[in-house]
Amino acid sequence: MTTTETKIILNKDILRITKDSDVVPYRNRVKEYAVKIGMSLVNQTKLITGASELVRNMLKYGGGGEARIEVITQGRNTGIRLVFTDQGPGIPDIKRAMTDGFSTGKSMGLGLPGTKRLMNEFDIQSEPGVGTTVTVVKWKNG
Amino acid sequence: MEKIPILKMGSFLLVTIQVDLYDQLAENLESDLINMVKKTGAKGVLIDVSSVSIIDSFMGRILGNIATMSRIMDASTVVVGMQPAVAITLVELGLPLKGVYTALNVEKGMDLLRSKILQEEGPQDDDDDGDEDHTE
Repeated sequence: MTTTETKIILNKDILRITKDSDVVPYRNRVKEYAVKIGMSLVNQTKLITGASELVRNMLKYGGGGEARIEVITQGRNTGIRLVFTDQGPGIPDIKRAMTDGFSTGKSMGLGLPGTKRLMNEFDIQSEPGVGTTVTVVKWKNG
Repeated sequence: MEKIPILKMGSFLLVTIQVDLYDQLAENLESDLINMVKKTGAKGVLIDVSSVSIIDSFMGRILGNIATMSRIMDASTVVVGMQPAVAITLVELGLPLKGVYTALNVEKGMDLLRSKILQEEGPQDDDDDGDEDHTE
């Protein structure tokens, strides 16, 4: 038996995020899926808060993009995976962007490192001039 | 355009956030509230977040800003009714809302604001003349 089982997508949904007012409907959609799989309230809140940080990042720094919501399973685990893809300027120094308190905007720089703490899995891929993809997973019982 | 209503109650301003705030709405609330503090000479601002299901770093910053700005305008801010899941998330996010007074509910928040005003206005006369009565 392998320890790293593959993740299977059960259901997915894609939303275009182009403006400020897309954030709340997106958050609500994430919540719907989290409720549907029976995620606890605390985990739901963490997931939606993290989603809100990431979707706002994508708007602010990436000029908007695509936000995907997936219901996934891995072994006995069920969870939500969120994928954010933008064609923005990219992040030249990911390590620095992941540091608490670092921000090129006027925010407090908690977005990325804070979100990582709220999620079970966190991955960021970025290429200057091409864009950024952030993938996070929150397990139902994670 | 939507707006968050600000109610005046005596020398306090009362704000109940009933909807999930998007950024523009939150920014408007911040400036409306500060203008109202100036206009009414309010000594306290009470923000009820009991129906807010998420507070992210943006919203947290707005709350912090409101507290700091009203402090400069000679008013105290109390955030009341935060849901436990929201508090857990805020701390893990790294946003402990330093400098913002909190209370469990509106009633306790009002008490806190009243005591703050009393503290600032009346010089305490409860520990008068009894300089020598130290208990051991």
